[in-house]
Amino acid sequence: MSTILVLAEHTDSTPASNVAELLAAASQLGEPSAVVVTSSDAAALASALGSLGAATVQVATVPDGGALVTPLVAALAAAVAAGDVAAVLVGTSLDSREAAARLAVRVGGAYLSDAVGVGSSGDGITVTQQAFGGAFTVTSGAGRGIPIISMRPHSVEGSAPAGAGTVSALDISGDTAPTSRVTARHEKTEASTRPDLQAAEVVVSGGRGLGSQEKFVLVEELADAFGAAVGASRAAVDAGYVPQSYQVGQTGVTVSPNLYIAVGISGAIQHKAGMQTAKTIVAINKDGDAPIFDVADFGIVGDLFTVVPQLIEAVKARKG
Amino acid sequence: MKIAVLVKEVPDTWGDRRLDPSTKRVDRSSDVVVDEVDEKAVEIALQLQAANAGSTVTVVTMGPKRALDSLRKGLAMGADSAIHLVDDGLAGSDAVQTSAALAAALAPRGFDLVIAGNESTDGRTAAVPAMLAERLGVAQLTALRTLHVSGSTVSGERVTDDGYVDVETSLPAVVSVNEQIAEARYPSFKGIMGAKKKPVEVLGLGDLGLAAGDTGAANSWSVVHDVTARPARTGGTIVTDDGTAATQLADYLAAAKLI
Ligand SMILES: Cc1cc2nc3c(=O)[nH]c(=O)nc-3n(C[C@H](O)[C@H](O)[C@H](O)COP(=O)(O)OP(=O)(O)OC[C@H]3O[C@@H](n4cnc5c(N)ncnc54)[C@H](O)[C@@H]3O)c2cc1C
Ligand SMILES: Nc1ncnc2c1ncn2[C@@H]1O[C@H](COP(=O)(O)O)[C@@H](O)[C@H]1O
Repeated sequence: MSTILVLAEHTDSTPASNVAELLAAASQLGEPSAVVVTSSDAAALASALGSLGAATVQVATVPDGGALVTPLVAALAAAVAAGDVAAVLVGTSLDSREAAARLAVRVGGAYLSDAVGVGSSGDGITVTQQAFGGAFTVTSGAGRGIPIISMRPHSVEGSAPAGAGTVSALDISGDTAPTSRVTARHEKTEASTRPDLQAAEVVVSGGRGLGSQEKFVLVEELADAFGAAVGASRAAVDAGYVPQSYQVGQTGVTVSPNLYIAVGISGAIQHKAGMQTAKTIVAINKDGDAPIFDVADFGIVGDLFTVVPQLIEAVKARKG
Repeated sequence: MKIAVLVKEVPDTWGDRRLDPSTKRVDRSSDVVVDEVDEKAVEIALQLQAANAGSTVTVVTMGPKRALDSLRKGLAMGADSAIHLVDDGLAGSDAVQTSAALAAALAPRGFDLVIAGNESTDGRTAAVPAMLAERLGVAQLTALRTLHVSGSTVSGERVTDDGYVDVETSLPAVVSVNEQIAEARYPSFKGIMGAKKKPVEVLGLGDLGLAAGDTGAANSWSVVHDVTARPARTGGTIVTDDGTAATQLADYLAAAKLI
């Protein structure tokens, strides 16, 4: 059986949240092999990866974690050279996507970005992607070389049976690619109590209609009533209400939750491009002509500062 | 410092953007514009040029004849010269092939800094800058919201899923910038008139030294098997708030088992 490589990002000995899903997808296509780059002992990580389905775990050891992307490319390229590899699966973090893109150049393959599904057919291994904010669904694959696939979270059902997690070492000491270095980190480290935006079942997003950073708290309160992730329009990001990582849309995150609630968002075409595949869409806007109502399953024409507090109470009451 | 800025012509995001189910490619008959993020890349390049005496800015695109307009826009903003990769044999190239063509144009011209957008609004692959760094054998510094050059050090803030990290490398490098990098200036009348006289180098497959069997849709690494349009959403229930709308919405969500 051919090997399917999975790039397993991790914090210390804990695999990143998307790794189980990538290994599940890999187990449907061939024999899953996890590739890890680490600066510490990998035994605990390898056993965690084995229980998530990795038959083998290929470990590249680096002196420290400061070099961006290039060690990941070197490790994946070494793993491709070492075995009969039919496909490579990675997640959607910036580092993973860029490693996959460079790998396609280095080993000769097709880079298939942002897949929402993967399978095999008469055409070999194929992926499903969405174009133009979900307006089109595309099936594609590799015409030449191996498919190197970046997969969106929550796009695979089920899990893989536990694998042996047999460890082997990858030698990347010969890698000569010039590197860039991280000199300081300014990332939230404390685990947020809210779900991840891209993977959340419910997303509550706020726009310029909130009017200020202080008042944006209303969106957060509504999100917490649902146990939802918080999103925003670009106008809200530009106005400084929330960080850019909250932005939903054309140039932000694409979300596909069960429920999307747009508060004080007009629904510009570029915003819709990031949320119109949500199963149910709710909009609250005082302008009855706002384009967001064209895609809403339930819309309220009204003042958000009146409606949202009432909605928070109603939701809390029903949740008991 | 010799700076190249990569600009891409894309369907206007304000318009009705389509994939053509028969050709399985982007329908480029709709209105096209320079991708907004690439205009911002030109802006930051011009700011770096102003701060580093003796620097030049060259705008580079691979695209059909009409993409000359995108180069003219960059020249009108203030870039010094342009390079246009245009050949029927390049049409339908995927990201791996596009990076090969761009690298073939850039490598012999010895740029210190190549600036790209982080992600195009049509393909959204966010792959070309990293692929280009791989091909050129230079460092990559991508997804930046700030960009500084000091001597031979280039640095900036790289936006990640959880915040940002400070990153740094040495020139030569390929960087990509996101939409927060700068507001693009509007070309002045003088700029627009002057753009017509600035040099535009036109390169085809032969000039790039690429074999016809390596480029274009027929030889692409990734192939599209099928394209289907998603059915339009059907209209929902819209209520005007009379004091009960929040309760009505809660009822609706409860009935749909969303609460
Ligand atoms: C290339 C490109 C890429 C882009 N990418 C994105 C993207 O990724 N994501 C994105 O969101 N945008 C994007 N945009 C921007 C987009 O065009 C819009 O400018 C933006 O989405 C508007 O945000 P908004 O709806 O919050 O603001 P506005 O359009 O200003 O809408 C605010 C809304 O709030 C309502 N409102 C005000 N007060 C109240 C109140 N008290 N109660 C109820 N309603 C109220 C108003 O009626 C209005 O409809 C992009 C644009 C371009 C050109
Ligand atoms: N055909 C092209 N011509 C010039 N630059 C391009 C081209 N394709 C991509 N780029 C550059 O690469 C960036 C990212 O594009 P992409 O990888 O397609 O998402 C764009 O913002 C451009 O700066």
